[in-house]
Order: sequence, then C-alpha cells, then structure tokens
Amino acid sequence: MCLAIPVRVEQLTPGDNAIVNLGGVRKEISLSLVEDVAVGDYVILHVGYALQKLDVDEAEQTLALFAELNAHTDAQLADGSLA
Amino acid sequence: MKYVDEFRDGELAKNIAAHIAREAEPQKIYRLMEFCGGHTHAISRYGLADLLPANVRLIHGPGCPVCVLPVGRVDQAIRLATEQGVILCTYADTMRVPASDKLTLMRAKAAGADVRMIYSTQDALKIARDNPAREVVFLAIGFETTTPPTAVAVKQVQTESINNFSILCNHVLTPAAMHAILAVAGGVALDGFIGPAHVSTVIGSEPYEVFARDYAKPVVIAGFEPLDVLQAILMLIRQINQGRAAVENEFTRAVSRSGNLKAQALVSEVFELREFFEWRGLGTLPLSALKLRAEFAAFDAELKFNCEYVAVPDHKACECAAILRGEKMPQQCKIFGTVCTPENPVGSCMVSSEGACAAHYSFGRFRETKV
Ligand code: SF4
Repeated sequence: MCLAIPVRVEQLTPGDNAIVNLGGVRKEISLSLVEDVAVGDYVILHVGYALQKLDVDEAEQTLALFAELNAHTDAQLADGSLA
Repeated sequence: MKYVDEFRDGELAKNIAAHIAREAEPQKIYRLMEFCGGHTHAISRYGLADLLPANVRLIHGPGCPVCVLPVGRVDQAIRLATEQGVILCTYADTMRVPASDKLTLMRAKAAGADVRMIYSTQDALKIARDNPAREVVFLAIGFETTTPPTAVAVKQVQTESINNFSILCNHVLTPAAMHAILAVAGGVALDGFIGPAHVSTVIGSEPYEVFARDYAKPVVIAGFEPLDVLQAILMLIRQINQGRAAVENEFTRAVSRSGNLKAQALVSEVFELREFFEWRGLGTLPLSALKLRAEFAAFDAELKFNCEYVAVPDHKACECAAILRGEKMPQQCKIFGTVCTPENPVGSCMVSSEGACAAHYSFGRFRETKV
C-alpha cells in the first residue's frame, strides 16, 4: 500500500497530469500534489499520484556516502585495523 | 530502474552490515522498531535481519494500513455494498481482509456485490461519472501517503458537482500510532525507530521531533531500499552509542523537515481530526484519524447512508493485535503458516505483503527474534 517508486517524467499532459516511464511502461499520473515538475524530473509515484519530487543531488550524495563508507572499509582492511 | 537498483547493491549492503557489526557494542541490545510496513517488506524480502548481529533486533510496528483496519470497518464496507447496493471501490490490498461471517470484500463480490478494485482515486471518480444513476463509495484507507490522493478526489467531486460519490474514511495518522506504542504500559521496550519513508515525504521529519525530545527515542527516517534501511540502522546504533536521541534523515532525496506543504494544505482543507478511532491492536485512540470537514459532509458515506461503525473482536487465535504493538512475532501465533496463510488469511497481518505475517511467510528466511 505504501510502496511507491521513483519514475521519470516524460511528458506533461493536460489536467495537471504527466506521462511517466515506469520501468519501460508509459503511464499517465496526476501531478496535482506537487509543484514545478518538468520533463526529466524524477517523482515518487504512489497510487497514481506524484507524492514528491526526487532530489537527484541528494540521491547522488547518499550514494557517494555509501561508496565512501566502502572505501573506508577497504582502507581499514588493508591496514589491518578492521579484523 | 534508476534510483532503485543503485540502492540494492549487495556488496555495499554487506559493507554497511560490517560497520553495524563492528559498531554495535556486544554488551548492549538494540531494539529498533521499523514503523512502516514498507520497511517490514524490504527487511524480509532482502533478508536484512540475517545481516545483523544477534543483539540488533528489528521489531515490526503498526505501519501497514490494511493490518490496522479493524474487522468492523471492513464489515461496514461490505454492508454498504450488499445492503445499500452501492458500487464499492477499493484498493487491491483491502479485498482479502477477513471480516465477520467468514466474509471478505472479495467473497462479497463473488456473491454478487458490486465491489471494484481500483488503482487510483481517479479510477473511482471515473466510475462515478460513468454511472450517474448509481451511488459510488470509495473505501479510503491508509496513512498520510494515501490521504492526499483522497483529498484531491473529494475536491474534484465538489468542483464538478458529482453527487453520487462518497468516501468511507479510514485515514489514520502515523505520529498518533507511535505515541500509542510508546504509551502502552508494560508494552514493548524500544531503543529507536526507523522512520517511515513515503509518509515522511508528505509530513516531513518535524512531526517526529517530539519522540526524540520527550521520549528520548532516536528516529532515523529511511528510504525503502535495502541500503537505506541498513544505513538507517547504522545511524541509529551510532546515536544510541553516543547517548543521543535526535531525528535524522537518511532519505534526504525525498524528505525535508517540512514535507510536502501543498499536499498538507489540501489535506487540512478537506479533513479534520476524528475524536476517536479504533485501530486493530492499538485500541481506540483519540485524535488518531481523520474525517471529512463539515463543508464536505455530503461526501461522507457514514453520514450519507447512516452506516455506523460496530466494533467486532478479532478471531480468537489471531495474534495480530500483539504483533502490531511489537509485542509478538508472527511465528508466535499458533496458527501461523498452518491454518493462516496468504491464500487463506485469518488475520489482517497475513493479507498485504507489508503485513508482518505475510512478509515472514513469503520470504521464509525469517529468524527467531526475541522481543
Ligand atoms: S498468522 Fe494469521 S492468525 Fe496468526 S497473527 Fe498472523 S494474521 Fe493473525
């Protein structure tokens, strides 16, 4: 029920709607709960509505944090401080 | 899929788990509640509990909207469909929730009631426009994620003067349920919360600050992908080790402190607090759910059809109530996996893939967690 997924907006359509790409399938969703959405943006889709825009910079930063944590582990493995 | 697959990387998951194993202090027990059914689902599906040391325990919370719906609420919907002859529209998850007299909405449909499964509130509106001679009722359920889409529909019905559409409102509030969990005397002991993902995109992180401040419980809001959940667990362990209790946000790509203001404004225009609402497992809680404001009363199915809520006890053997409070695990129910299965659910927790019993049953690799 609460499952929702990030989808890319492909086209804006009349009535505050948009066509999104849902894993290769094109689907029309409502944008009435969000503001300033442009083609190319990612939105979180839930029961036919975009709930929120996905902040791509923040997503990249979170991924960078995971990568950094990983590099840190490798370094510790190399110097023997992580048994 | 972009922004999904990257957050499921198995190597990175093992790495975060290694940090958790190293930083969790062996003499401590970390009891972390994942409030949300979406997290329960992710934890079971990716076997995340298996990646954690034994002293880091995950406890399922009451954040599965179908699970917290009491029997009497499903009965109400079935009565509307069978006695009033309405077209009853519902999200798929609600179709198989057990009601009284061995009924479900699905069985009522098989017996002739006009029950229709919809994906979006827009589908329900379309049904109302297409059937002007029939009454259409939408069984509105869910937490703060599904409430705004209901509000959009109600506003549209008003603007378009559609007069054959109403909602049976069962929208509930996350912070109220968290309060209830913490307030149960002799209830489950918790050291922190994994905060909801998509509920928080709407309400923001601010409503959780009271739990850090007044109850000294750390809260880390996490996305639904496995790396998100593991990272949130690591962040919780760090807070606990440092003796801190704060609200932290792992899901910054979609959650801000104030949330989605447009959606919040719409919800408060259409809905107001209900004085009392009965939850499965948590009992009758004050100010824990929503009802339509007086201006929208014409679209309230309970008023329109004079259809009152009648409380009905759960099945005798079902432990859903204790599971929803975090006090028991699904395997502690005597009929788990034998009499009660996803094909033939006895309680609501076995219905949706977000329910604790269904998640444990479907992904089998659960392990005995003591609570
Ligand atoms: S296994 Fe079935 S009967 Fe037992 S607690 Fe879960 S849902 Fe209820």
